[in-house]
This record gives sequence, structure tokens and C-alpha cells, in this order.
Amino acid sequence: MPDLQKLYDAVLNGDQKTSVAITREALDAGTDPMVLITNYMVPAMDEVGRLFECEDYFVPELLLSARAMKGSLELIRPLLAARGDEPVGRVVIGTVKGDLHDIGKNLVGSMLEGGGFEVIDLGADVSAERFIEAVQTKNANIVCLSALLTVTMPSMRTTIEAMKAAGVRDKVKIMVGGAPVTSQFAEEIGADGYSDNASSAVALARRLRAEATA
Amino acid sequence: MSKLAQWLGNGPLITDGAWGTQLQALGLPLGAMPDAWNLEQPERVESVARLYAGAGSQVVLTNTFRANGITLAEAGLGAQLAEINRAGVEISRRGAAGRALVFASIGPTGKMLMEGDFTPEQFTEAFSVQAQALAAAGADALLIETMSDIEEAKLALAAAKPTGLPVIVSFAFDTGKNKDRTMMGSTPEMVAREMEAAGADAVGANCGAGVERFVPVCQRLKDACSLPVWIKANAGLPEMKDGTVTYGTSAEYFASHYAALMEAGASFLGGCCGTSPEFIRALCAARSQA
Repeated sequence: MPDLQKLYDAVLNGDQKTSVAITREALDAGTDPMVLITNYMVPAMDEVGRLFECEDYFVPELLLSARAMKGSLELIRPLLAARGDEPVGRVVIGTVKGDLHDIGKNLVGSMLEGGGFEVIDLGADVSAERFIEAVQTKNANIVCLSALLTVTMPSMRTTIEAMKAAGVRDKVKIMVGGAPVTSQFAEEIGADGYSDNASSAVALARRLRAEATA
Repeated sequence: MSKLAQWLGNGPLITDGAWGTQLQALGLPLGAMPDAWNLEQPERVESVARLYAGAGSQVVLTNTFRANGITLAEAGLGAQLAEINRAGVEISRRGAAGRALVFASIGPTGKMLMEGDFTPEQFTEAFSVQAQALAAAGADALLIETMSDIEEAKLALAAAKPTGLPVIVSFAFDTGKNKDRTMMGSTPEMVAREMEAAGADAVGANCGAGVERFVPVCQRLKDACSLPVWIKANAGLPEMKDGTVTYGTSAEYFASHYAALMEAGASFLGGCCGTSPEFIRALCAARSQA
């Protein structure tokens, strides 16, 4: 049985090789996969988020930790699926129509995967129709809209309006983010939440899921 | 004496203001690639350079911020790369009409090396082809701007240097409580030292937060290396009001930081997103009163 504190450390330090190795050993030794996630990996990612907030960690550290977490989750997920456990949530994410920037969207996607969400990434310059189709076919419960440009922010509004018209708006919670986006704008266009960085996006997604399932 | 030192011989130079927001005011549609206008609307692009030179800009940039191979290919414009860059330099040269130097703009790829979707070699190729095209079209210098990642900036710099032109590398410090880190967490000191060691001719800060945040960043860049410092500040952060975008900073407020930025060691001073020829006129007025 491996020392599971090392799993926590590996995720915190962004050491994917070690996190995967320990996860494999622990699973081979019969450890409950949920114990690995809830007792070690999620607390490590929470600490990563805290370090990011207080500016000890920046984007590179965030990405490395998310990658370590993802590596372990790839081993764990099939076991959870086999016994019928659902992911924390299913997220459809994309940069809205007219906007080709994807760094922010990719970061949020990586962090959400690290946080145990299943992420369906539609890419950049995504039309409202494609978001709607993904919600309908992927059984998603959260939609994340990203925009970097002030000129493409209005696409967030039109996407949400198209989702309403298609009757899928209330099936999901909608999160928005990107450099020019503010919480006031999010409220104005009828989104359910806004976060100003990739780390707090995970906390927001968890809160929205908790609200939806309460 | 280096070309840059000659140009700065009579003191700091005032550069230009924003291009993207100016082109939007001239009708660039939502989400359209501004660089494509070098071929589609050259007169409108030229009018931006002309207005800046007329307002007193001693350096005007080119509308080529996104014209690297990776970004253009993503927008379906990969085949026009050479033309877009060549036209960008020629347009600014015509607009400047001998009144200003033409520094050609090279922006980031918009991709993160860490994500692994592109290799460093692909970045080098993208920057190298663009730099060569800009140099062949007769740019006076190359400006690598709005960088977040020191590694990407180094690749761009190494790709630009073989042109023999002066190369300026400017970063966006837009992260952290004091807005004094790049998105990747680098400080002005780290940026200045790394760029000097990698052979940059000047180092700078652009985009990012409002003009007041640029004063300490400028000072720290200056103190950490022996290179001239390039500063191009935003007109504050964009705000969305009733469906239109506004920037909080007035030209007067912006120009009121002229003396502080000179004091902090700026050799080139201009504006980034949201600034206009009015801001450049205000900077020139502040200089004549200094």
C-alpha cells in the first residue's frame, strides 16, 4: 500500500508521473477510488486554488497540477463508470462565435477536468447552434462560454437567447468568463455565474451543481 | 551607434495608439481578423497610420499583430501571410509619409507551449516567416508585443534577430494584485533580464492594466537591465455599457502620467487598446510642457 500523502503532494506539485504511479499502486492494492479522489486529490486541487489566489501559483503551476490530477483520473474513471458512479458534472465548454481565442477556455477546461468534471470541449468560434446541439446530445448540466474580446462579448448574450428559444436554457447552468467579462455583464445577459479565473471556475461549477441537485 | 540609439538621440519618442479599436470604429466587423483589412480595406488601415503620424507619433506600428503563420492559418488566411505582412508595412509607410518610423508588430500565437498542441519549432517557423516578410517589406524595426510567456517571447526574438533589424520585446503585465506579473507569473525583473540576455534591443510593457500601473512596471524594467524601455498603456479596462464598449480613461488623465513615465525611464511612449490620436496629441502636449 503506497503512502497516499504522496498522491496529495504529487497533485499539489504538478508531478503527473508520480500521481499516476501512486494511483495505480493504490488501485492495485484495492483502495476505493473515491477515497483517492475525495481524501487526497480534491484537497490537493483546493490547495492549488488557494495558492493561485494568493499568487504563489500562476498559470503554469495550475496547468501542471490539473494535468497530474487528470492523469490519475484517467485510471480511476473507468472503475467509477463500471460501478455506475457519475462524474461530478458534465460540462460543455467553448469560445463564443466570432472569437478564436482559446487559452482561457482551455485553462478552465483543464481545471474542471482536474476537479472531476467530464468536459466536452467544442473549441473556439462556436455557434449557438453547436452549443444547443451539444447540450441536447451530451446530457450536459453546465455550459461554459468564453470570450477574450470586448467585441465578441455580445455573442454570449445571443448564445443564451438562442438556447432559450431552443428550449434548452433551463436544462443547464451557464457560466461565463474571459478577460473583458464582469459579474455585472454575466447578470445582464442572464448567465448563472461568472468567475474571473480558472481556479475559482471550479468552485463555481461545484456550487452550481450543488444548487441544481439540491 | 545602434539604430535604436540614433533614433533616441534627441530624447524619448512618442509612438502611436491603438489599432484594433480604431479599425473597429472604421467599421471592422465583429470578430473579423483586422490584419485581413491590409488587403481588403487598405485605405482605412492607412488612415489610422496617417492620423497617428499627424497627431505627432514618431513611431507608427503596422496592422500585423495577428499575422503569424499559426494565427492566420486558424482564421483560414494562411495562404495570404506574405501579402498581409508586406501590405501592412507598405500601408503604414504610406500613412506615415516620412513623418514617423515604421515598427512592425508581431503578436503572440495565441497558443500556449505548455499545452503541447504546437512544438517550439512550429512557433519558430511561424515567427520567422512573419519577421522575414516584415523585414523584406522595409520595416524599420520589429516589435514583439503583448507577450505573456518568456519562452514564446524568446522563440519570437530568436526568429526575428536574423533579419538584422532592431527588435523590441514587450510583455502584458496584467496578473496579480498589483498587475505586475504576466499571465505566466513572470515579474518585470525576470522579463528584463531574460530579454537582455537573449539579445533584445529594447524591452517593454503594453496592454495590461490602466496607465497608472505602468509607472512602477516601467521603473522595474529599467532598473533590471540596460535596455531602453518601451511603454504602451491601455486606456483602462474595457467596460460594456448598453451593448457598446467604453474605456474608462480620458486622454488628459492618460497624458497626466507623461512626466512620471519619463521619470521611470521610458524611451518610447504610446497607448494600447482604447487609445486614439487624441491620446497621442495629449502626450505631445504634455511633452512640450515638460
